[in-house]
Amino acid sequence: MEYKPIKKVVSGNYAAAYAALHARVQVVAAYPITPQTSIIEKIAEFIANGLADIQYIPVESEHSAMAACIGASATGARVFTATSAQGLALMHEMLHWASGARLPIVMVDVNRAMAPPWSVWDDQTDSLAQRDTGWMQFYAENNQEVYDGVLMAYKIAETVNLPAMIVESAFILSHTYDIVEMIPQELVDEFLPPRKPLYSLANFEEPFAVGGLATPNDYYEFRYKIAKAMEEAKDVIKRVGKEFGEKFGRDYSEMIEKAYIDDADFVFMGMGSLMGTVKEAVDMLRKEGYKVGYAKVRWFRPFPKEELIEIAESVKGIAVLDRNYSFGQEGILFNEAKGSLYNASAHPLMKNYIVGLGGRDFTVKDVKAIAEDMKKIIEKGKVEEEVEWYHLKR
Amino acid sequence: MVDVNTLFGKTKEEAKPISPKSVEEYPEAPISLGTTLVNFTGDWRTFMPVIDESKCVKCYICWKFCPEPAIFIKPDGMVAIDYDYCKGCGICANECPTKAIAMVREEK
Repeated sequence: MEYKPIKKVVSGNYAAAYAALHARVQVVAAYPITPQTSIIEKIAEFIANGLADIQYIPVESEHSAMAACIGASATGARVFTATSAQGLALMHEMLHWASGARLPIVMVDVNRAMAPPWSVWDDQTDSLAQRDTGWMQFYAENNQEVYDGVLMAYKIAETVNLPAMIVESAFILSHTYDIVEMIPQELVDEFLPPRKPLYSLANFEEPFAVGGLATPNDYYEFRYKIAKAMEEAKDVIKRVGKEFGEKFGRDYSEMIEKAYIDDADFVFMGMGSLMGTVKEAVDMLRKEGYKVGYAKVRWFRPFPKEELIEIAESVKGIAVLDRNYSFGQEGILFNEAKGSLYNASAHPLMKNYIVGLGGRDFTVKDVKAIAEDMKKIIEKGKVEEEVEWYHLKR
Repeated sequence: MVDVNTLFGKTKEEAKPISPKSVEEYPEAPISLGTTLVNFTGDWRTFMPVIDESKCVKCYICWKFCPEPAIFIKPDGMVAIDYDYCKGCGICANECPTKAIAMVREEK
């Protein structure tokens, strides 16, 4: 069948819902939380209109939503859920159960700032706080990447048997409409065949238990298996991303999407929707003679260390833009990037810009100002202020 | 249904807890290992339940309440306790309406 995309104008949330529909998910358990709600509403609409054969499990909290997803996934079903901020935090304990039991659940997290003060706007701290739960994390730049990300995530997750989180920005993507090229169902089915589970609790011939007690004699080995699966996931991500590109025209074979790296003095590094602004600004800055590039980290877990080292070898500076902050240290991506380069041969000048927390606007003008600052740093050959709260009212 | 006397088609003697020698021998997911099927929790017991068949009215409340489950129903309808799995919690003796189950200190 020849690939002819179906173009739809949808919000990021609807893109996520359509992706779940096209991935033929069998079970959805979720609890509504702003700004995730419209994902679940759309899926409920699909079910009500008879478009999808999905078992929807109503629950009383996000903790139960993830618990229901874990149970369903352990029977071998393809499972989907979505959440945001405080809801994701409430799931935290269950997230470990999902990855520990090696269940390829796919979840969309609508990146939203943590309270207090109460905020429903964009901020990456909620998902990054779940960094160590054994979930893979993909940061979508736009609605198209939300749709593509969910479809690829199922394929990757079901290959390495680890859960995956697709992260989109609150309101910037979740409630903003854009053209999304959707893939005809038959081609999605070809790309994403039914799940072949590692084990199934629905196997009544050979009963067993999942996640029972492991003494100090056994626990260690199971952790290593997860670590190894995460490492293997890097190759699977690149392979699946390449296949997606060949079939549907959008290539995701790089874990860090980059441009103008070869002759750039410095690059902007960041994740998610803010990198769309950066791309726009970099194109403009290039025309004005600035030697800048960009590096968008698509997958934060597993962390693309090798690709980062490659970038570091060809540039003099990296401006890391973090829409998040780890109190008592620095921006989380900055911290990860710096740590990854410790044993590398190249050590470019690195500065951390904390931007757009809690949905504060981050514009092309801001990128230009940061470019000016980075230019001075490269000239001086020294970073004086390692972490700058860029938007702070002074 | 599952026959409690066989585990994965093996006898209880054959179904010893798995103890892999290297990380490769471990299953990918933490399944089976350390479960109540392969670990005979019966040796945790201090008091053992003993059924007085003459008092049993076959209400199966013990079978329903046993948390392990270590109580099964024999083909003749009588209940029996699988002492390989009975931890001796005493719930069955407590729930039995005819006091047909006595908890007896076990001599080991």
